[in-house]
Amino acid sequence: MSSNNQLAHTPLFDWHSANGGRMVEFAGWSMPVQYTGIVEEHQATRTAVGMFDISHMGRVLVDGPDAAGYLDRLLTRSVVDMKPHQIRYSLICNEAGGILDDVLCYRVTLANGEPSGYGLVVNAGNRQKILSWMETHQTDFDVKLEDITATYGMFAAQGPRAIEILDPHISCELTSLRYYTGQVAQVCGVECFVSRTGYTGEDGCEIVCPADQLPDVWQQLLDASSDVGGRAVGLGARDTLRLEAGMPLYGHELGETINPVQAGLDFAVNLRDRDFIGREAIVGFQKDHKQTVRVGIQMEGKRVAREGATILFGDQQAGAVTSGTFSPTFNHPIAMAYVCTSAAAPGTPLAVDVRGQEHPAQVVPLPFYERGK
Amino acid sequence: MKQEDLLYAKTHEWVAVAKEGGTQIATVGISAFAVEALTDLVFIELPAVGKQVEAEQPFCEVESVKAVSDIYAPVDGEVVAVNSALPDTLETLSSDPYGAGWIAKIKVTNDANLAKLLDHAAYQKQCEE
Repeated sequence: MSSNNQLAHTPLFDWHSANGGRMVEFAGWSMPVQYTGIVEEHQATRTAVGMFDISHMGRVLVDGPDAAGYLDRLLTRSVVDMKPHQIRYSLICNEAGGILDDVLCYRVTLANGEPSGYGLVVNAGNRQKILSWMETHQTDFDVKLEDITATYGMFAAQGPRAIEILDPHISCELTSLRYYTGQVAQVCGVECFVSRTGYTGEDGCEIVCPADQLPDVWQQLLDASSDVGGRAVGLGARDTLRLEAGMPLYGHELGETINPVQAGLDFAVNLRDRDFIGREAIVGFQKDHKQTVRVGIQMEGKRVAREGATILFGDQQAGAVTSGTFSPTFNHPIAMAYVCTSAAAPGTPLAVDVRGQEHPAQVVPLPFYERGK
Repeated sequence: MKQEDLLYAKTHEWVAVAKEGGTQIATVGISAFAVEALTDLVFIELPAVGKQVEAEQPFCEVESVKAVSDIYAPVDGEVVAVNSALPDTLETLSSDPYGAGWIAKIKVTNDANLAKLLDHAAYQKQCEE
């Protein structure tokens, strides 16, 4: 139905096509939105293992004598104090405090424990923008940037059974790899970078693998996970999973006109004893109590509030929905939105204009879903 | 109803026409192809009985996990009945799209609309494109 002309292909493109993947355009890539159905794939991830092709995400290596100081200038989180194996969620902001991207920053560490530069994983749709931003700010630093998006692919295994299923196939001990750490390890005999990270609200890991060997590694791990009900999961369920987990998505909850304070991402900003691009503006936003803030919304009925829907508080326009879906876990519609602070407290009754009709809703705390510890 | 005997709109609604007294009643649903394409349906907003509808205009909305979609009236007329069991048994849209999954009955006021609809073979051809 849709043309796949000129779209980039991940190393798993042929696999998706051969396995029922319904391919759609996403940020210039041809990606599977689903295989058998969003709900089925969502539940598999919440109860067993979901396997996600995330090769479309941008991967950039940063090395050289000034790598730490350089990234410390670009990222809202501190980088110079990162320990071997450590990974941090961070933002990249412009001078005005607007969010250019949200990223994972890796203290890349070899199998022998030696640190070896840094890695950034950036959103697919922001890759070119961030690469140019990084090049523009490179001048005073002795660093080497390398975009390895094409030479490596990346996939995620997420779910309550992901770690136990993957562990026998990975040379490092996954169970002792702490959350938000990663290291080089053999996966099905192939040297990969394995991290205990994800975007679903479940435990699991993400694996960066040489592109030419990825389909084989993927198939072996998928076969292993299918014994417990694991399956491949498309972007459709990736979206419902991250929404339930209250995780923002660039282009929806995050963008250049949104700052980290209103996005509720203060934890991803280290202001103390350091300077970085956007710092001054962000300090200013901390004192601004008039800006809209990100909240969770639960609908009373079954009608789904979608992106762009207007939110009403009494007879006032209070904001707009940035992402909305039907939650497969809770069996009712959920959404994230930006609303004025007077309408942001959990329990606040609101109405959402869905295609011209007002539907009752209320503010609820984020995240909607938290896995059992 | 046998899908071979139905008429179809380009927008994937099926239509079964029956004579009741002097008037033509069109029973309307959505095709298996449409249900398959929509996937994971979670909600349907049925039209009100008595509503005047216009051919090729939205008269009903269906929500999937991913998106909301319009269902278009295939003919001009008046809604004379709706499948009120459907919102609580949405799975019948996929298990029996041409039977228990019917959506509404419309009293046809303009015969010319029917001539614009596709027969099964022509609709199949459209879906394969």
